[in-house]
Amino acid sequence: MTRKLTLIAGVFAAALNSSVAFAATELTVYTAVEAEDLKRYAEMFNKDHPDITINWVRDSTGVVTAKLLAEKNNPQADVVWGLAATSLLLLKTEGMLEPYAPAGVDKLDSKFVDKSNPPAWVGMDAWVASVCVNTVEAEKLGLPMPASWKDLTKEVYKGHVVMPNPASSGTGFLDVSSWLQMFGKDEGWKFMDALHENIAAYTHSGSKPCKMAAAGEIPIGVSFAFRGAKSKADGAPIEIIVPSEGVGWDMEATAIVAGTSKLEAAKTLVDWSITKTANEMYNTGYAVVAMPGVAKPVKFFPENLTEKMIDNDFEFAANNRAAILEEWAKRYDSKSEPKG
Amino acid sequence: MSDIGATLPQGRPARIRLDNDALVKRGLMIVIAAYLFAALALPLYAMLSKSFTTYSFDLTRYEFQVSDESGTNWSEPVTAKALNDKLSAVPPADLDTISDGRLPATSFFPDFSFRSPVKYRIRGTVENAPYLVGLDPFNSIEWKEVDSNTFRRVMLRPVQSRSLANYKTYFSTPSLFLSIENSFFIASVSTAITILLAFGFAYAINRSCMPFKPALRLIAMMPILVPSLLPGIALVYMFGNQGYMKELLLGESIYGPLGIVIGSVFFTFPHALIIISTALSISDQRHYEAAESLRASKWRTFWTVTIPGARYGLISAAFVVFTLVITDFGLPKVIGGQYNVLAVDIYKQVIGQQNFEMGAVVSVVLLIPAIIAFIVDRIVQKKQVALLSARSVPYEARPNRRFDMACLGWCAVVAIFILGIIGTCQFAALIKFWPYDLSLSLKNYDFDRMDGGGWEAYRNSIQLALLTAAIGTAIIFTGAYMVEKIDGFRTARGLFQFLAMLPMAVPGLVLGLAYIFFFNNPANPLNFIYGTMTILVVSAVTHFYTVGHLTALTALKQIDKEFEPVAASLRTPFHRLFARVTVPVCLPAILDISIYMFVNAMTTVSAVVFLYSTHTALASVAVLNMDDAGDIAPAAAMGMMIFYTNAAARIVHAILSRGVLSRTQAWRFR
Repeated sequence: MTRKLTLIAGVFAAALNSSVAFAATELTVYTAVEAEDLKRYAEMFNKDHPDITINWVRDSTGVVTAKLLAEKNNPQADVVWGLAATSLLLLKTEGMLEPYAPAGVDKLDSKFVDKSNPPAWVGMDAWVASVCVNTVEAEKLGLPMPASWKDLTKEVYKGHVVMPNPASSGTGFLDVSSWLQMFGKDEGWKFMDALHENIAAYTHSGSKPCKMAAAGEIPIGVSFAFRGAKSKADGAPIEIIVPSEGVGWDMEATAIVAGTSKLEAAKTLVDWSITKTANEMYNTGYAVVAMPGVAKPVKFFPENLTEKMIDNDFEFAANNRAAILEEWAKRYDSKSEPKG
Repeated sequence: MSDIGATLPQGRPARIRLDNDALVKRGLMIVIAAYLFAALALPLYAMLSKSFTTYSFDLTRYEFQVSDESGTNWSEPVTAKALNDKLSAVPPADLDTISDGRLPATSFFPDFSFRSPVKYRIRGTVENAPYLVGLDPFNSIEWKEVDSNTFRRVMLRPVQSRSLANYKTYFSTPSLFLSIENSFFIASVSTAITILLAFGFAYAINRSCMPFKPALRLIAMMPILVPSLLPGIALVYMFGNQGYMKELLLGESIYGPLGIVIGSVFFTFPHALIIISTALSISDQRHYEAAESLRASKWRTFWTVTIPGARYGLISAAFVVFTLVITDFGLPKVIGGQYNVLAVDIYKQVIGQQNFEMGAVVSVVLLIPAIIAFIVDRIVQKKQVALLSARSVPYEARPNRRFDMACLGWCAVVAIFILGIIGTCQFAALIKFWPYDLSLSLKNYDFDRMDGGGWEAYRNSIQLALLTAAIGTAIIFTGAYMVEKIDGFRTARGLFQFLAMLPMAVPGLVLGLAYIFFFNNPANPLNFIYGTMTILVVSAVTHFYTVGHLTALTALKQIDKEFEPVAASLRTPFHRLFARVTVPVCLPAILDISIYMFVNAMTTVSAVVFLYSTHTALASVAVLNMDDAGDIAPAAAMGMMIFYTNAAARIVHAILSRGVLSRTQAWRFR
């Protein structure tokens, strides 16, 4: 009996010891990065900082944003790593982010750093709108390859285009906001009115249109380049089109949540998140990353993508988000509504 | 008279002394009532109050000063309200906004130009007057001075207040308002079709001598084992643009009302069948004999004997189906296309737009039809009189080849429909890349590479289902026992009964949202359960409370009331009676409750979709999220995992029930 007890006590002590030695700090990190990339991100980070354990809380952009806002007065997260900049701007206006200039922030492209000093957030990589076209189905239906956004409003594409709903999808919102910035307010809405005539469905998520195009369910999907490249790598018969007028984009960014009790560890993580190693890591999925000169071409990515990225005004997007979505809902939210 | 009263000495007031047992019983009942109160009544109240929380720009809270061109001489301070009254730049309706609203300060200065050397000052007149300069929040009664180019980046922020404005906005937004009409349309059509199909099926099972009855009954119950969004996924494979049977639709799109109705019929069918079948199984052979001897035609007998006998069951089934359809959210989300319904609106408002207040408003709207359906159902159930008296002769069907074959045909069509949907899902889960690469593979089962939580989500679901079954059954059965077998304490028992019936009328999505408002409040001492497995278990137990409670009550009513007084007179404590008599006698019912809790906890999406966190991701939610991300085949694969798990649980339940029956229920058969 006593031997058994000693044994148990020993095991206990060992467990206690190892946990003390191993996980000095645990960080709760909210993210919208794709599930399959998270494990890699944590492993790479732990190679340099084995003393910090990351507890991921992952969901889609909309859900993570909603969660953070809901927890406004009682934040559960220490760090946000990999959430749309538009969402982080929203959090910034609520005073939920801890401003911090990470070591080496001056090495980043200034587009990827918040304008305040010290910055409230720093960017990681850009995700860029693109159009996925299923070549097999397009041929079957006799659809020409579209080259521009305006092409998509042509009569032939009626019912063959699918795009994400800007109210629920970050990708959908960056499309709408880019059209309004590129074409101007009146022209932009006129363009969307015409596009709406051709839309078969507005999806809830931004990656679904491309996957629908890949599966041939709807031949043309307004989505983002990263998703298109992945589906193409999976063997889907799709072409990734970069519309000639220019494409909207948003970035994934990192920030410290105000009020965290683990500020030092959070700073370590944010410092690491902008290193060259981290930027190279982002580059496996994203063709455009925050540190200039790091990015290598990504397989199946359209080549001219970087030139076509518009000069995105994030402040415009954040300040007009509520108004744009209200107008959008009024115009298009129900396809069964009489059109007026 | 009064004399006597005055002269007699005052005796001790007569009181029944509460013995220990009664105290323990009452204590237990109070604990369970407190559970229901905290898990149901308070969250709903929190939600209701949230729906009245509005955000508006309060112009009286801001003051401006403008300088002349030199930038040194300042005008008199003037409030935004005064400016707006003069200019009517912002109509009153535009002052109501959402929590994320912004109002440019330049709205009040029509001759504003960003090039002008004029400077501006802004300050709050009271403590809470939030505004932004660029994207930096300010909230102060000190003057803030900015040049004109910065001033155009000054945005007023709304403050919180309470009013009916959210409801006004709701009913004046056509796209939201239209959802009410859509929801009612979908629910009515689905109800009509489901009731017709289920009645035919139940009639065939109970009133014909067709073959294969056990197999058909088994197939008919299958939809209860899968999440409601699974038929949506199957329909995409069958009738979507690449569907293998899309020609059957003659060009109609499956995305929209058509898809929702077909899917709804699938998942509500077993619920309707159970209720109608019970109604049809209690019938008196003598009524039919009387009709026959009066030479009534078969047709006439059907309308004057069969239908009136089953009418309460039919009405009850109709309301159950109607409520299930109108509150279901998974199916319209997957197959609804652009056809908006109430349940999806809640999800879109909360997850898509982070507009929690409007989500609460839609939830309140969705509560209304559910509560009406619930009340009507209660009234109807009370009217149901005993059809079966001691002298009744159970109906026995006579073989009739033509009729039996017609019945078999009807049931076969339904069975093929059900098997077709489930089979399609399994098939879709095994195909590598529909429709371009039809080779078989298990790659869609590699959940760890997809959104939604991976295999961990599946393990979490099983854990949730087991916990819900164990804890839920214990709470529900004990609660029902206290209500049924306690004496006195009338009002409290009535209140308890009401709380126990309430979950039936509260859609899962509404309950989940109410939980966010209630539990995710730092001031709430129960705040710590937010984001854990506990809150999922609490939500699941509460959501499925009513059916379990009714099952337990029915079983308890079968036990003679004399047991308690006898036990008391023998000085046997009630817990011994409870453990030695009540529980063993009711064991079949207890097993039924636990399998019901298990299966529903596995399949529910609506009750948990707002509450899961990364470490408590669930299989049913994974189906939703994978479909959302466009990974339809893995979604089907996960849906089928839920199906097989539930089927296995059912088999275990059947074996256990048989074992238990033979060991504890021998008294039933003398």
